[in-house]
Amino acid sequence: MSASASLSRYLHRHPRTRLGLLLAAPVTWLVLAYLGSLVALFLTALYKTDPFTSDIVKTIGGQNFSELAKTAVYRSITIRTVLIAAAVTLLDLSIALPMAIFMARVAKPRARNPLVVGVLMPLWASYLVKGYAWRAIFDSGSGVLKNTFGSSPGFGLVATTVALAYLWLPYMVLPIYAGLDRLPNSLLEASSDLGARGNRTMRSVVFPLLLPSIVAGSIFTFSLTLGDYITVKIVGGKAQMIGNVVYDNFGVNNIPFAAAFALVPVAVMIAYLLTARRTGAFENL
Amino acid sequence: MTFNTSRFTTALVGLGVAGLTLSACGSTSSSGGGALSKLGKGEGQVNIINWAGYVESGANDPKVDWVTKFTADTGCKVNSKIGNTSDEMVSLMKAGGYDVVSASGDATLRLIAGGDVAPINTALIANYKDVFDSLKMQKWNSSGGKAYGIPHGRGANLLMWNTDKVTPAPTSWSAVFDDKSPYKGAITAYDSPIYIADAALYLMNTKADLGIKSPYALDDKQFTAAVDLLKKQKTVIGEYWSDYLKTQAAFKTGSTVLGTTWQVIANGAQGEGTKVETILPTEGSTGWSDTWMISSKAKNPNCAYLWMNYIISPEANAAVAEYFGEAPSNKLACGKTSDPKFCDTFHAADEEYFKKVWYWTTPTKACLDGRGAVCKDYAEWTKAWTEIKG
Repeated sequence: MSASASLSRYLHRHPRTRLGLLLAAPVTWLVLAYLGSLVALFLTALYKTDPFTSDIVKTIGGQNFSELAKTAVYRSITIRTVLIAAAVTLLDLSIALPMAIFMARVAKPRARNPLVVGVLMPLWASYLVKGYAWRAIFDSGSGVLKNTFGSSPGFGLVATTVALAYLWLPYMVLPIYAGLDRLPNSLLEASSDLGARGNRTMRSVVFPLLLPSIVAGSIFTFSLTLGDYITVKIVGGKAQMIGNVVYDNFGVNNIPFAAAFALVPVAVMIAYLLTARRTGAFENL
Repeated sequence: MTFNTSRFTTALVGLGVAGLTLSACGSTSSSGGGALSKLGKGEGQVNIINWAGYVESGANDPKVDWVTKFTADTGCKVNSKIGNTSDEMVSLMKAGGYDVVSASGDATLRLIAGGDVAPINTALIANYKDVFDSLKMQKWNSSGGKAYGIPHGRGANLLMWNTDKVTPAPTSWSAVFDDKSPYKGAITAYDSPIYIADAALYLMNTKADLGIKSPYALDDKQFTAAVDLLKKQKTVIGEYWSDYLKTQAAFKTGSTVLGTTWQVIANGAQGEGTKVETILPTEGSTGWSDTWMISSKAKNPNCAYLWMNYIISPEANAAVAEYFGEAPSNKLACGKTSDPKFCDTFHAADEEYFKKVWYWTTPTKACLDGRGAVCKDYAEWTKAWTEIKG
């Protein structure tokens, strides 16, 4: 009997070993590469650097965190970043909601797939190309806005918010579309049978059922914005976000401080996710 | 989604242990290492970190190419990685994987102190004898009597303006430090902590009572004054630049019309038809004296030496200097430039001129002007720079 046959017989008789072997690779990957890197990030945040050679000194201490807490500029950068993330999320929601309603409820069924493809299409283009396209639009010297309307807000927070909202829009449209698609017609008919008009049905039936989808979408737009530093470099003018400070500290090799600041978005996201979990949004991910 | 809390905690503890082991493995110790004693056969490639415009293979402009000849002569393929700031270069060198770096004075000492670069056996660099004596064995390219680098060239950070939009032509750095500037929102500045020195240099000329002797040696009061000036300047800044192609594009579209620059950017902008001029303002300027250094962990030391010798050969040194817009380091390069007056224009041998140029140097706690340990070190410059940008 060949070795492979005996191996396959062994595996057949031991389903748990089979499952273990099957899951070993992905679990190792998840634990080491994903969670392991988060732990490494946290540990690095406790180190410090030599001020002259910028070599990392491996002594454990909370100096990076206390500096984060007591320096005003880091607080204002954190607040700015969270506000941009919130603005991007609201902007995306206000565009995605009507779009998704149209796609799932108004458009003819055979038009739906092409519409979904249309929403996904921008994801096929490079992030940088889209960023620089927005630079060409907002340029205060001879940008599209300036040439068409005679004035442009120029590079800054407005341009950053708009560009990020554009970049993450598909991530908001798709969960809402999926949520609406799943909504049984019978509920809407029942609502209308009981005398509710469109607005009332929207408010009392559709919106509560859709809330988890909206939260799911907002997790994408919010967290992606929180970590972004490239768009703000391209169209943000002199503005900086958390990601820029992390990047700049990498540049001067102050990796411990970069790690400490990089944990701030992680903390914000954990708070956000814990709040979001209460809405049952994770069932829609 | 729900998860079992106690099991999750156990997993986290396990991860913590794994993480500790991992980070312990990831450390690299600095090894001094001696200089190469004998030149061997080339390894077939060399990995270089360089300033934009130093390693040109004709990819940006078919007429600008000195890499092809080097590869043909030596068989060493050149892999170039552009560093936008000195900080980026130091960080890339620490990460490893590179053989040679074109380091400015605000990077060289940090690299030497960190053990990231090795001493150089100048006897193996045939062209070294023709380098200007005033550039050899200086405090930014040697340590303990050992040479750590091959001088490449030097120059000044310049003031650039759009000749259509900015009139009259500026002659002083006050053009970018005036918080009532008519060009508000269209002014740019270099996005690096070392730019604080530009403000200090301006204060050195305008506020004598601060007593600034060197823009890189600033005590508490002088440093605060420079930082305050930059915070005021921020109100007229449109954007800060570190990516040289982005600032070139910003001058082209007109979103930036005035600000600090390098000659190579001005050349590129003019090549695209942008109407810009540059000047060395009356106050003088910050600048650089660049040095080719070899990594202490170089995988291709022979090709690295061959490159350092080639890049300061009269022909190559002249070509780089003319393209980048800086003074060459090789005396004989002055005879090889396409413009016979080039070395005069860029003051290659004019030591008086370079007295007005303050080469980038790493600020340290022990003041560079010898006042004692009362100065702000580079880590504080870095923090202040984040604060200036707000």
